[in-house]
Amino acid sequence: METLMAYVIGILFAASIYMMLRRSIVKLVIGLIILSNAANLLIFVVSGLTRGSPPLIPDGAGEVTGVVADPLPQALILTAIVIAFSVLAFAVVLIRRAYEVVGTDDLDEMKDTDT
Amino acid sequence: MSLALVVMLPFMGAVIAPQFAQAGRTAIAIASSVPSLVALMTLFPYWERLAGGNAVIQHVEWLPQIGLSLSFRLDGLALLFALLILVIGILIILYARYYLKKHENVGKFYSLLLLFQGAMLGIVLSNNLLLMLVFWELTSVVSFLLISFWNHKQDARRGARMALAITGGGGLALMAGVLLIGQIVGSYELEVVLAAGDQIRAHALYPITLALILVGAFTKSAQFPFHFWLPHAMQAPTPVSAYLHSATMVKAGIFLMARLYPALAGTEQWFYMVSFTGMITLLIGAYVAMFKHDLKGLLAHSTVSHLGLITLLFGMGTKLAAVAAVFHVVNHATFKASLFMAAGIIDHETGTRDMRRINGLWRYMPHTATLAMVAAASMAGVPLLNGFISKEMFFAEALELNLPGIWAYLPPLVATLAGIFAVAYSARFIHDVFFNGQPKNLPVFPPHEPPRYMKIPVEILVFACLAVGMFPAFSVGPLLFIAASATLGGEVPDYTLAVAHGFNLPLLMSFAAFSGGLVMYSQRQRFFDFHERFKEIDEKAVFESVVTWVGNLSERVTNKLENGSLQRYALLLFLTAFTVTLWPLTELGFSIGSNELSPVDYPSALGALVLIGAAIGTVVMHRQRLTSLILLSVVGLLVAVAFATFSAPDLALTQLSVEVVTIILLVLSLFYLPAQTPVETTAFTRWRDVGIALAAGIGMTLVTLALLTRPFSSISEFFLENSKPGGGGTNVVNVILVDFRGFDTLGEITVLAIAALGIYSMMKYTKLQAPATDRLGNPWSKDPHPTMLMQISRPLLPLALMVSVFIFLRGHNLPGGGFIAGLITAVALISQYIASGVDWSEQRVKTPYQIVVALGVAIATLTGVGSYAFGYPFLTSWFTYASLPVIGKFELATAMIFDLGVYLTVVGATLLALTSLGKLSDPSTKVSASHNEGGV
Repeated sequence: METLMAYVIGILFAASIYMMLRRSIVKLVIGLIILSNAANLLIFVVSGLTRGSPPLIPDGAGEVTGVVADPLPQALILTAIVIAFSVLAFAVVLIRRAYEVVGTDDLDEMKDTDT
Repeated sequence: MSLALVVMLPFMGAVIAPQFAQAGRTAIAIASSVPSLVALMTLFPYWERLAGGNAVIQHVEWLPQIGLSLSFRLDGLALLFALLILVIGILIILYARYYLKKHENVGKFYSLLLLFQGAMLGIVLSNNLLLMLVFWELTSVVSFLLISFWNHKQDARRGARMALAITGGGGLALMAGVLLIGQIVGSYELEVVLAAGDQIRAHALYPITLALILVGAFTKSAQFPFHFWLPHAMQAPTPVSAYLHSATMVKAGIFLMARLYPALAGTEQWFYMVSFTGMITLLIGAYVAMFKHDLKGLLAHSTVSHLGLITLLFGMGTKLAAVAAVFHVVNHATFKASLFMAAGIIDHETGTRDMRRINGLWRYMPHTATLAMVAAASMAGVPLLNGFISKEMFFAEALELNLPGIWAYLPPLVATLAGIFAVAYSARFIHDVFFNGQPKNLPVFPPHEPPRYMKIPVEILVFACLAVGMFPAFSVGPLLFIAASATLGGEVPDYTLAVAHGFNLPLLMSFAAFSGGLVMYSQRQRFFDFHERFKEIDEKAVFESVVTWVGNLSERVTNKLENGSLQRYALLLFLTAFTVTLWPLTELGFSIGSNELSPVDYPSALGALVLIGAAIGTVVMHRQRLTSLILLSVVGLLVAVAFATFSAPDLALTQLSVEVVTIILLVLSLFYLPAQTPVETTAFTRWRDVGIALAAGIGMTLVTLALLTRPFSSISEFFLENSKPGGGGTNVVNVILVDFRGFDTLGEITVLAIAALGIYSMMKYTKLQAPATDRLGNPWSKDPHPTMLMQISRPLLPLALMVSVFIFLRGHNLPGGGFIAGLITAVALISQYIASGVDWSEQRVKTPYQIVVALGVAIATLTGVGSYAFGYPFLTSWFTYASLPVIGKFELATAMIFDLGVYLTVVGATLLALTSLGKLSDPSTKVSASHNEGGV
């Protein structure tokens, strides 16, 4: 399973980097979305793949017993997902605004601030 | 702290004096001289202590961590320079009163002059080398501003820039040298550094330290090969030339050599570097001065030459030579400052400084002529004037210098030769200007004597030349003695200051210089003809071309790297990241570690394959945006599934709801962008990018594998153990978010809020023209709000809201919490917008979402601040258990209120973003898009 996850992560990174090297700004955004998914997955898996035991403390017990998934990366990723969303929303709106002003979504034509 | 006061006075004056500019030049001149007078009075009482050979040190800590302190030191050397700065400063202020014209910006001039005075006093009075550096740089900057005082002249601006570049660059070298001294000695305080001379000289870094400090000193004091800035600085008003560029600032480098003499001098490196630099400068300056037709140009090159002489004396390394050097500093300052002032008067009265035109001025201004001739005679080294005495000492020292073999003749020869030139150019100054026929078409004719008071500064300085020249031991003896003793760090060799030492070899050299110089002047036309044959190098043109070349080079490099293409930056970034990380990762080993691999089951394998397929599909289909987006959402959903599979229910729920919102957002925004994009890049670029992407992907795979198969230790034990007893919740992830790492979360929701408000403000006034049809040319649906969708979504709202309340409440103990609940609420509301339209929804939701966002952040922040009220740090959480009938025992925690803030922010931000975008496509808010709407 670890090997498979490694492949998945590698392919997600490759896909995102290819998309980020395109000239269209929309593709750049798609690349960013994949990149954040890839990074989240990477952070998630490095603490180990644990099945069926989320980091919840059973009723009545003071602390967990046995092996549970690592809660720290989960908390980090939860934050990352929401941040990624807000950045994405901002970027997307910026694109629209830029498109309105410049009339193109081609990054190479957006170089100039003079319109 | 009276020494600090002495330094601060001119700075205060620089602020106050310009206020008097309106009241006229006399008023501002009087106001500007107050700081110097007060400073002189402050220094006066120290005389007794200094005469006893003691130094006064006043010390206040400033930044002890880096060794910087506000410590000041007054000893003989500092006093000598301080007196020069203050006394000549007052004279210059008086002189400038008459030199400047009424319409000129006198406020700026005096302010800068005082600023310079303060900086210069700071250099000579600093006891801390770092503090001295600060003042050192300040003099460079003020010098720049003063040279370019007439900033409408291009020459003045260029000369100023050159001076700043050279002295500023030297300042940089000096800083490096000072830092090295600090490293070697362990302190920047002068008393420590001066006492550690042997330690510094024995250190391996001594040669480089010495070289760096000397570069600083040589640039400032216009030593070869940095001497060329000084003549070009003569574009400054003459009071500035007299004050900065002959009497004081250019002596700062000399001062530095004198100050650090006990710490650095006495080695072969010092001897060769300093004495040969001095020797070359002495000769070059004297030679060029002879051929300058510009009065100030002559004086400037003569200054270069005399600075070289002083440097050479310091370089000789004998104690007597150091005494002579200090002595010559005083003498040069007096006669050169008065000569500059005289040149300024002549310029003022005749309108030109060209010696080929100004002749025979004796007839028109005999008083000024007398003063200038005495000063020039002192420059030439005529007996009974101060220049003679120090020159004799210099000749004597040049003879004493025991270089091996035939080299022993070099110093006396150079000294005599320079003496000949000095006599020749001094003779030219006297004869050419005041005699030698009649003036030739002067711009102002006839010239006459300047205002009475303009001559007073010159008279005082010329009187000093005479007094020192005739009664040296009486007039300057005690001051020179303590200054020499401070320079040498204690013992002063036996020397006698006398007008004549009898008939000896130095006197013979003086005689040779005189006769040679006069002969040379009488035959000057031959020398001029000889000099004409060589093409003169215009330093300014060379300097300007270097500046232009550097500018062009940096522009070319910048354009190569920074061409405005984002993909190019991304490409460079990826390549750099790849190459930089490749080496250490190879060191670590990409190999698969020892951990056992977990088995692969069919559902997971299928999921992984679909995920891979969707990712590749997104890339391959990227020209059809809608398809690409659908595949992208598949990627997001499968990542959510992965989270769920590997025990992260909170993540799965969050990812799921974010995915929904993201796709809605993308669809809303892409509506206005072209649906299909043509192939923009060449096949080569595409394959290159594929290569880079694959390389990065393979790298990440290997890194992930290497990480996953190695044992590691986590810090999560702490959270697992303390979640329940410390945070009162059993969902460890949620407790981390709202409690342990609550501050992070607060920052995060703030980002969210800012992004949403940014979107709102960006979209508020945007008007976009929506496409009339989709990309295949089909018209949009005529039914914007399908009845079925409307009927199903409305009853869903209360249900969805209930679910979100449930998710919110249980969040602290079971998967859920403010983030997820907020996203669910947002999705529920957005579905109403989609189904029933913006108008319908806005009639029912009265609160603007900006308010909701602000409220959310405020609640979260106030919860954090609330803990101060109970004496705990920011965001300390508190919880207790309460019980109610029917419901039973339940938990109350401040973390819940914090989570409420998170919830409100997420709801507000998401809806603000989406409705801002969605409104554009609504017919009621936009006329141009009336035939279509809700591009979803």
